Amino acid sequence: MKNEWPLWEIFIRGQHGMSHRHVGSLHAPDAEMAIKNARDVYTRRNEGVSIWVVEANNITASSPSDKGPLYEPSESKVYRHPTFFDIPEEVGAM
Amino acid sequence: MYAQMIKTAGTGVKSREEMTEQERAFQDKIDADIKIEPKDWMPDDYRATLIRQIGQHAHSEIVGQLPEGNWITRAPTLERKAILLAKVQDEAGHGLYLYCAAETLGVSRDELTEMLLDGRMKYSSIFNYPTLNWADIGAVGWLVDGAAIMNQVPLQRTSYGPYSRAMIRICKEESFHQRQGYDAIRKMAEGTPEQRKMAQDALNRFWYPALMMFGPSDKDSVHSAQSMAWKIKINTNDELRQKFVDQTVPQAEYLGLTIPDPDLKWNEERGHYDFTQPDWSEFFDVIKGNGPCNTDRLAARNKAWDDGRWVRDGLLEHARKKRARKVAAE
Ligand SMILES: [Fe+2]
Ligand SMILES: [Fe+2]
Repeated sequence: MKNEWPLWEIFIRGQHGMSHRHVGSLHAPDAEMAIKNARDVYTRRNEGVSIWVVEANNITASSPSDKGPLYEPSESKVYRHPTFFDIPEEVGAM
Repeated sequence: MYAQMIKTAGTGVKSREEMTEQERAFQDKIDADIKIEPKDWMPDDYRATLIRQIGQHAHSEIVGQLPEGNWITRAPTLERKAILLAKVQDEAGHGLYLYCAAETLGVSRDELTEMLLDGRMKYSSIFNYPTLNWADIGAVGWLVDGAAIMNQVPLQRTSYGPYSRAMIRICKEESFHQRQGYDAIRKMAEGTPEQRKMAQDALNRFWYPALMMFGPSDKDSVHSAQSMAWKIKINTNDELRQKFVDQTVPQAEYLGLTIPDPDLKWNEERGHYDFTQPDWSEFFDVIKGNGPCNTDRLAARNKAWDDGRWVRDGLLEHARKKRARKVAAE
């Protein structure tokens, strides 16, 4: 029987007010140990104020081959950016 | 550096005509500095070479804890002890970052560990040398971490995303390692005549093994050319070794210590130091398993793995039971 500890993906909130960010992964028998290990592995220099752990096989990722269909449609929609519009200077800040 | 003599898979760099369309697209991405990510297509040889390289690097971080761990309980002051403990703990972290990067290529952690334990995979030759006294701990931080940094800094730009991100994290932590080593050996170089002698003796013993860390010259190797085209190797071994010598000589001079090389001298024309190559037959002998500490190092890793089995199995079983109890309660 394969007795390897499962892989966990680790997310850390760097400072209050920021989102949790993926920092890496590690092995642990359960979520509680994953948090303890994440503290030792990823926050040795004050890098975090909060940790999320997610078992890696619970993550569904988009596939690289879907890159075209997923992201290309937004390339042509330049009007989604404020810089698309010319606002007369007389109008002031907008 | 921590990955030496990595055999690059494949037959060398292919011309664009020889490449398949997929291979061409892959090489174009690398040339454009676009990172390769785990789920992207990659040539089998790229994957195999990276597993060897990252795996060996990870093993070196882990085995590298042994010579320094040897002096934690005997550090001269509580402050030095706390510093060394933090440094060695960082190395464990470096090993973990790198194992995780290797795992994204489809090899499991246990497989990697087992390949180290039964000798199928290597670790850096440098960790087969003993740390005989406290001055050696200073020399290791100064020279060994110093040599590792030479190789790790350019690797931050490597083509494989997870490897590059691991290197960036590692580099952030490494300069503390080198500085604490230099600080420790400086204390001794500026101490009593006896301490000075110990510092010089440590430099004498670690100088050539540190130069060996970069591996033998590979400037004409087709394998290295392939690894460089893939951007998993950024500089030749000779380039890095020269850079290390140029950087280290003034540091030794500041300490009033002598590099154990009578032929070392500044070459005005080249703008670099000329220096004596290490004894490569010693290097190959150490790689083969005949260094002063090879047997000890592998025995220590095997013992830790075997002695830890009941903990690994027990915690996994406990997690299973807890999960089952939770399901039953719902
Ligand atoms: Fe390290
Ligand atoms: Fe280090």
